[in-house]
Parts: sequence; C-alpha cells; structure tokens
Amino acid sequence: MPRFSLRGIAVLYLLAVLLGPLAMVFYRAFERGAQPLWTSLTDPNTIHAFKLTLEISAIAVPINTVFGIVCALAIVRRRFPGAGIVNAIVDLPLALSPVVVGLMLFLLYGRTGWFGSFFQDHGIQILFATPAMVIATIFVSLPFVAREVVPTLRELGDEQEQAAHTLGASGWQTFWRVTLPSIRWAVVYGVVLTTARCLGEYGAVAVVSGHIEGKTETATLRVQDYYENFNQSGSYGIAIVLAAISVIVLLAMTLLRPKEGS
Amino acid sequence: MSIEVRNVSKRFGSFQALDDVSLDVDGGSLTALLGPSGSGKSTLLRIIAGLEHPDVGAIRLAGEDATVVAPQKRGVGFVFQHYAAFKHMTVRDNVAFGLKIRKQPKDAIEARVEELLQLVQLQGFGHRYPAQLSGGQRQRMALARALAPEPKVLLLDEPFGALDARVRAELRVWLRRLHDETHTTTVFVTHDQEEAMEVADSVVVMNDGRVEQVAGPRELYDAPANEFVMRFVGEAISFDGSLVRPHDLELSLEADESTREAQVERVVHLGFDVRAELVGDDGRPFVVQLTRDDAETLELEPGEIVFVRAKRSRQPA
Repeated sequence: MPRFSLRGIAVLYLLAVLLGPLAMVFYRAFERGAQPLWTSLTDPNTIHAFKLTLEISAIAVPINTVFGIVCALAIVRRRFPGAGIVNAIVDLPLALSPVVVGLMLFLLYGRTGWFGSFFQDHGIQILFATPAMVIATIFVSLPFVAREVVPTLRELGDEQEQAAHTLGASGWQTFWRVTLPSIRWAVVYGVVLTTARCLGEYGAVAVVSGHIEGKTETATLRVQDYYENFNQSGSYGIAIVLAAISVIVLLAMTLLRPKEGS
Repeated sequence: MSIEVRNVSKRFGSFQALDDVSLDVDGGSLTALLGPSGSGKSTLLRIIAGLEHPDVGAIRLAGEDATVVAPQKRGVGFVFQHYAAFKHMTVRDNVAFGLKIRKQPKDAIEARVEELLQLVQLQGFGHRYPAQLSGGQRQRMALARALAPEPKVLLLDEPFGALDARVRAELRVWLRRLHDETHTTTVFVTHDQEEAMEVADSVVVMNDGRVEQVAGPRELYDAPANEFVMRFVGEAISFDGSLVRPHDLELSLEADESTREAQVERVVHLGFDVRAELVGDDGRPFVVQLTRDDAETLELEPGEIVFVRAKRSRQPA
C-alpha cells in the first residue's frame, strides 16, 4: 500500500508542478486562435531573437564541450596539486545565481571594469552586444559536459589507455581511438544538457544584453518583452517553441541513455 | 632482446615499492617474477614497460638505455591482469590496434590478425565484442593483441590471476608452448609459486621491494638462498634447528643419536603420498611427507611413537 501512495504523491506532484503549468502555457497560447500566435512568431524581431539564441548556443556548446572534456581529463587523469579545487570550481556556475554572473561580467567589461577600457580603446563592444551574451552563456553552461564525463572516466580507469600506449599509440592517438569512443555517450549527454541550458538561459544574459529589440534580444528575453507589452499569445507562443525544443532534447536524452549501458 | 635493470628504486608516497633492484633477463628466456603482494614485482614489470618511471636507476633494453623512452617506443607487448580490452572494439579491431597504429597495409593487417586469432584459438570470434567473451577468451585476445606488432619483449602482469583454476592451467601450458615456438623474451608476474615453477626457465623471487634469489625452478626448490625463499617456494618446516621440506624427513621405529622422538597425531592418505601429522618432543606440531609404501611398512597409527631424522637440511632456521 505505501508503494501506491508514494507513487500517487510523485505523480500528483509532477502534475501540479511541471505538467500543469506547461499545459496552461499551451492553452493560453492558442486561447485567441492561431492567427495572433502566428503573427507574433513570424515577427522579424522574434525570428531574430530565435536566430540569436541559436547563434549563441552554436558558439557556447562546442567551446564548453571541448573545455569540459579537457577539464575532466585534467581532473581524473592528471594528479596535480589543486585538482580538487579545479573540480569544485567547475561546479561554481551551478551554485551561482545567473544574475550574479551577469553582474560579474558587468564589473569586468563595463566602462570602469578591469577589461572594459581595453576593449573600448580598441573599439570592441562587449557589453550590450553578442560577445557578452556568449560569455555569459558559456559561463552558466560550463559544468555539464565535465560533470557527465568525470564519473565515466573514473569508472573507465586508465588500463585501456596504458594498453594503447604499449601497443605504440601516442597520447593523441590514444585519446581519439580509445578514450573518446569510451566516453562518447557521456559527452553526448553532456552536450544535450549544455544545449538545453544555453537555449533556456535568461538571467545572466538579461543583465548583460541591454535588451535591444531586434539586436540583443534572445528568445527568452523576447518572451519577457512580449509579456510586459501585453502580447500574451506572443509570449506563450515563444514559450511553446522553447518548451517543444526542451521536450525534443529530453526525448533525445532518454533515447540515448539506455545505449550507454549496453 | 635482453633486459637489464640497474639499481632501480621506486617509492609511492611512504611505500618503498622497489629498493635498489638489479636484474638481468637473457634474450629469448621465459622468466617469472614471483613474490607475495606488495613485493614490487608488478612495479618492476611496469617500469620495464615504461608505464612507471624509476626514481633512480636505469633500464637497458637490448643493451640500449631505455630509462626515459616512452612505452610506445619500447617495442614491448604488455598483458594486463584484467585484460584491458578495448570494450568498444571487436576482437578483430582489438588485435589489429597495434598494426593500424603502425599504418600497415590493410591486407597485411587482415592476414596477421587472422593468423593470430588462429594462434590463440579465437578464429570465428573476430566480430564479437569483449563483453561477449569469457575471461579466458578475453585474456587470449589480449595476448594476441600484444603479440600482433611482434614485440621484442612480452610482459605479462598476473595474466592468469583473474581466471578459474582449470582455464589457468590450460593457459599456462599454452604460454609455455607459445614461448617455445616464438622465443620472444617473456617476463611474467605471479604470486603462485607453482605457476612460476611450471612455466618459467628462470624464477626471480621478490620480497619487500628486493630480489631475494634468481634461479631455475629446481635450484630454487633444492637450494633456496634464504629462509624467505625456502618458505615461499614450497612447504618448509623447522626441524631440529634447521629448515627442511616435509619429504626430507625420514621416520623409523628405532631411535639412534640422529633422531628425535615424536608422536603420530593423524595420518592422511593423499593417493601416492601420505602425510603424517606429528607432535615433536618439544610439543611443536609438524608434518612429514612419505610414500605410501614407507607408511605401510611403518604401520603408522595415531598415538604411535616414531623417531624422526632429517635426510638433508636446506637452511639453518
């Protein structure tokens, strides 16, 4: 009996906290018919916002994938003083509020910030432009690949790599032929999570973007923009697209997960 | 290819794994590194392979200094206790790995892999993944993989340690035969003295990071260099101030100046051998091994008093 009630509680909780609101979003988006929804979604500024989100993700995800793998290799395979600290620092973006991240970038790249004057002197716009948004997104989505790869590498051990060395493989050949294929599902899973985080990022980007419609507005910022301007079907419409992407990402994840075990 | 180890020491934190070890392994020989766990035998093997670096000392392979040469340039084949199979590759790809790294032509690789799979009796298993093989098959695959690039030295780290007794016995015979065919300089690590004696030409007994004795199996058993070797290689009992093997003792029913009195506790028939468990006049129990015929002549019974003489002594106790 307690098993049934436990399951019941879990299902109710999921319904109330996750599925209910999601259903409301869908309902609200279509409340006034498909026409206003379509108009909002095909608005040039909306399309620009989606494009910008994809652009930022397209830069942030590969960078964080490479960094995550290198970082995990450093943490697991190299015994160096301070490896524990590096391991902890990788988790920092998870612990830090994205708004604080945005603020930090403001302090670094603002007019009076450490690097601010340098870039200003060279005519490079960081804040209120794509570079700051990319940096903010990279920062908040940094831990996911490393977090997935570290335990897999630990479990893998280094015997296969040693075997590859004795068979004549260089460090680089060993990485491509032995290490990477062994951790590939962890990497894929990490990339999926990183992508989801990049697409959904709001807080840090909101602080550094300046919110300029059609210029520095990402999809999530566009949702807020529409909402504040009483364009409900518009904001819910974008929310649906973002939610749909998340669902696809989740599905991809569930489909990938079992393969890892076999 | 000969291996020379010169004054090698290695420390892991506060643990002295190797303490000033020197060793010569002749080219073409089959050598066992034998010792209890923690004796430094695996560390020595890994240093020869280049997987560990000595704190001090030097390694020479075929007369050339190899102390700082990377493992991939040493021309050694290494077999790990737990196989270290490439799990994401088929048996065929595992065996072909070293050849692909050397960028050999495709048909040459295929022919060589086929030949090796035949050698290790895994023909027909080429398309399988390591997870679909038994332990013994995996280790044979690992052997084929190590042999593929034709290493000048084959190093095996407790190669049969993870296998059950029957498979282990099979692979021992097989390793011996393989060596007799190829004459590749082979060094293997084991903690099993029987395995060392059965397979190797030359046995290196190690203890506490040092080499205790290097000798052929027979010499090792008959003339152990010290008490540790005596006790580690076969059974040793302390009798009348010296160490002897259980079959070095002779029982009789009459006393003379060279015998000591003992009482029979138990008689165990082991087929050809009989083990008599005795208690000496000093109250210490010990074991004597005698042939069935001798035991029958003496009509050994529990409680009986016998007189024991050492036919030979091997070590002062």
